[in-house]
Amino acid sequence: MSEFFAMGGYAAYVWPSFALTFIVMAANLYLAVRRRKKVIAKLKRDINHAEPGR
Amino acid sequence: MFRWFHKLASTRNFYRLAEILSPWLAVLCALLLGVGIFLGLFVAPTDYEQGESYRIIYVHVPSAWLSMFVYMVMAFCSLLVLVWKMKLADIVAEVSAPIGASFTFLALATGSLWGKPMWGTWWEWDARLTSELILLFIYIGYMALRASIDNPSSRARAAAILALVGVVNIPIIHFSVDWWNTLHQPASIMKFDTPSIHPSMLLPLLLSALGFTVFYFVVMLMKTRTVVIERESKSAWVRERIAENRL
Repeated sequence: MSEFFAMGGYAAYVWPSFALTFIVMAANLYLAVRRRKKVIAKLKRDINHAEPGR
Repeated sequence: MFRWFHKLASTRNFYRLAEILSPWLAVLCALLLGVGIFLGLFVAPTDYEQGESYRIIYVHVPSAWLSMFVYMVMAFCSLLVLVWKMKLADIVAEVSAPIGASFTFLALATGSLWGKPMWGTWWEWDARLTSELILLFIYIGYMALRASIDNPSSRARAAAILALVGVVNIPIIHFSVDWWNTLHQPASIMKFDTPSIHPSMLLPLLLSALGFTVFYFVVMLMKTRTVVIERESKSAWVRERIAENRL
């Protein structure tokens, strides 16, 4: 197992590459979900404001 | 064909289609990335020249591929904007730019991390690396241009023209390794004769690249849906959906 993590001596290059990939993908997904939630919350507020009782 | 095209161009139909497709695409994306990266890290054999360092290929090549694929989607959408003033295409281009930029950055960064142990340098001003860096600048310029124009229709047109002018860079990136003597290795997959890479190394790469591509569609569709309901918040169908709590 530790041999696997050592990546034949290239651990310092291989793992940061995979970690960076994970970060870029996670950030893309997170920002998309956050924006969507924000917009939906705002639209709900607006419609409730315009038509109270709904 | 044309009717189908018109139907899809309606934001409401697009929203419905994206809504149905998205969960399936998300599952497909997770499967492709999971299996592709697993095979790439655990199953694919060690390279006889590069040792284990070559495994960076399983994130480097897919992000480089995606950086160009997303740009081609943007360019195609820009054409639709200029010719048919299609609003949906403008939204797709807008939301795609940051995704493309982030994967261009990733291609450069992972390339740098691969270049250091193999070439002995983090960076070299060779044709492939430089043209990919220019792609990053084009993406940034595109986003800056959009941010600086307030009028929606002139913003859409100006952005579309910039995206179409920038498309000349894509073949330059692709053929740079043939046209110039570069440090970067020539193509091993996208060439007309058989790929010069063993199937046990190629399969994880293809799965990963496909996974990255599906990932783009998942994020792009989600962002497009968000912008659609934001721009059409006054329309009946959006209001109905808000009231029924099914966005």
